[in-house]
Amino acid sequence: MLSIKNLQAKIGDKQILNGINLEVKAGEVHAIMGPNGSGKSTLASVLAGREDYEVVQGEVEFQGQNLLDMAPEDRARAGVFLAFQYPVEIPGVSTINFMKTAVNQILKSRGQQPLDAVSFLKIMKEKMKLVDIDQSLLNRSLNEGFSGGEKKRNEIFQMAMLEPKLAILDETDSGLDIDALKIVAHGVNKLRTKSNAVIVVTHYQRLLDYIIPDFVHVLYKGKIVKSGTKDLALELEAKGYDWIKDEVAVA
Amino acid sequence: MSVTVKEKNASAEVKNLIDKSVSLNPAVISIRKEALEAFQKLGLPDKKAEEYRHTPITSLLQRDFDYDALLSKPSDLDPKEYFIPSVKGNIIVLINGVYSSAHSSVISPADEVHITNLSEALAGGDTMALEHFAKYADVKSDAFTAWNTASWNHGVFIRIPENAIVQTPILIYHIHDARAGQVMSASRNLFVIGRHSEVTIIEKFDSAGLSHHFSNTVTEAVVSENAHLELYSIQNDAGSRYQVGLTHIHQAGSSLVNTFTFTLNGKLIRNNLQLSLDGEGIESHMFGLYLITDDTVADNHTTVDHRKPNSFSNEIYKGIMDGNSKGVFNGKIYVRPQAQKTNAFQSNKNILLSDKATVNTKPQLEIWADDVKCSHGCTTGQLDSEALFYLQTRGINKETARAMMLYAFAIEVLNNVKHAELKTYIDQLVSERLHTNF
Repeated sequence: MLSIKNLQAKIGDKQILNGINLEVKAGEVHAIMGPNGSGKSTLASVLAGREDYEVVQGEVEFQGQNLLDMAPEDRARAGVFLAFQYPVEIPGVSTINFMKTAVNQILKSRGQQPLDAVSFLKIMKEKMKLVDIDQSLLNRSLNEGFSGGEKKRNEIFQMAMLEPKLAILDETDSGLDIDALKIVAHGVNKLRTKSNAVIVVTHYQRLLDYIIPDFVHVLYKGKIVKSGTKDLALELEAKGYDWIKDEVAVA
Repeated sequence: MSVTVKEKNASAEVKNLIDKSVSLNPAVISIRKEALEAFQKLGLPDKKAEEYRHTPITSLLQRDFDYDALLSKPSDLDPKEYFIPSVKGNIIVLINGVYSSAHSSVISPADEVHITNLSEALAGGDTMALEHFAKYADVKSDAFTAWNTASWNHGVFIRIPENAIVQTPILIYHIHDARAGQVMSASRNLFVIGRHSEVTIIEKFDSAGLSHHFSNTVTEAVVSENAHLELYSIQNDAGSRYQVGLTHIHQAGSSLVNTFTFTLNGKLIRNNLQLSLDGEGIESHMFGLYLITDDTVADNHTTVDHRKPNSFSNEIYKGIMDGNSKGVFNGKIYVRPQAQKTNAFQSNKNILLSDKATVNTKPQLEIWADDVKCSHGCTTGQLDSEALFYLQTRGINKETARAMMLYAFAIEVLNNVKHAELKTYIDQLVSERLHTNF
């Protein structure tokens, strides 16, 4: 589904990604871990199309398409979803209206009929249950005054509405207490199918107790320096990242 | 008497213009004379004049107007195309500053609303008109006010008796016919709202033709105890409009005033809005929205004068500047020594969409009382690129994302419009402007 080859990216003069290689197949869950500043969030942003980053080398193929050539909205329409580490507050735009615009623009781009208000509300109510989110929250301005947990649940709600092929969760666990973490993980798990894939970007192992990864990759200095199974995440939890840094230094 | 002309300035031409205007009623001759003297003393504001520092109105009047060729012949213009179709009400039309009875129609019952040409009311000895005319707009501090007071001939006098809840709004259409040549008008309005009464007045400014045209309007509104005035100004003239307008609202105790100023088009629009809170328990809200592009200059100078204790004023002005346009906001709040327990709030927020667009914003609070709550804030920025990206990552194209965010910015002002049909109308104007056709 997703094939990343030798991806290198910089922001300003600072190169952050130094040759990432990653293959993600349908039905898989990949965890990207690593110490702060290793490039995890940059990778997520580059995949979603954030303009601040410049790709200097490499290829990203998503379902046979060159992802790097596509505008952020076209990536979303093709089925890429980024759950933000820091969801943006937009006063004056309600989540409901925003989602309706998004869903209908995506349908239109696929040559499908837009949803009428009734069908939209019906689908919305189903998806709200997944992340235990209240409609009154969705009537309010997008993320404005939301708690950390509410913002993250709203991200997963949007993921549920858009039904992406590839969901990238950028530090979705940050700022969540254990109950909110469980709700968010539950939502993600419910959305998993054989035909979609998830990339979980996280600093800590604890989210991976609830969203079980098939593969765990360690990102350090802009490169994947180690890959393994979920046991690798447990090892990182127990031993920290220093041994990885030592291994890299020796190599 | 001669005018001292500093630099090259249209003051002398304006003085001639004033001399040519015919006083229709003897009752106000002394007021005219004083105003002319004040005008001669002040002269048109030059570049150094603090109140007009960012608004080059005097040099534009000099550059763009030919005072010998100003149009004074009657117009055959049909004003209906400028009417807001969905908003029914009492309609008053002024064409080139001339009150047009033929195009005006008052549908409210006579015991609710009394509307006439102000010059007729004064000439006929209307006691209310005589009592309040020229009592509030200060000719000594502003040359345009002096010019208007010295030279106006027509205008709207609205008198709402006590205890009248006026069900239908009053719409005043100010239209310039600039098809055959340049136009200058100086119209004068007086609104007297009786105790416990309630009325909505909507002013809309338009023009036909391509020639430059200038309006200098002065409106005085007296809002009595417990009365409620909703006052709207819709400035969306696609023609070459230069405009200076003063609206001075004098509020008595426990009155409520909401003003709305929408500036969407025009060449140069200068709105002077002054509220005098001359009683206790007063509530005043001033809302403004300016969405401008090309070379438009939109300048809002507002003053709230808290003269007595225990009143509340709130001001929210928002602007979106594109192209070469220029926004100016100046918000004065005075809290007099005796005006204890005053609550006064002011906010001015701006978005610049192009590198060439500018805005100058200046809050000016002068507080002489010590037990008050006053706050002000102003921001100027560009569209939040992180928010744009966020919307795009959900599949929304950039143009729509941009429009959604601009509309969301404007909605705070729109949401306060009470009159439903008017709200829909303005919402459409704003949506068209922001291309929110998603």
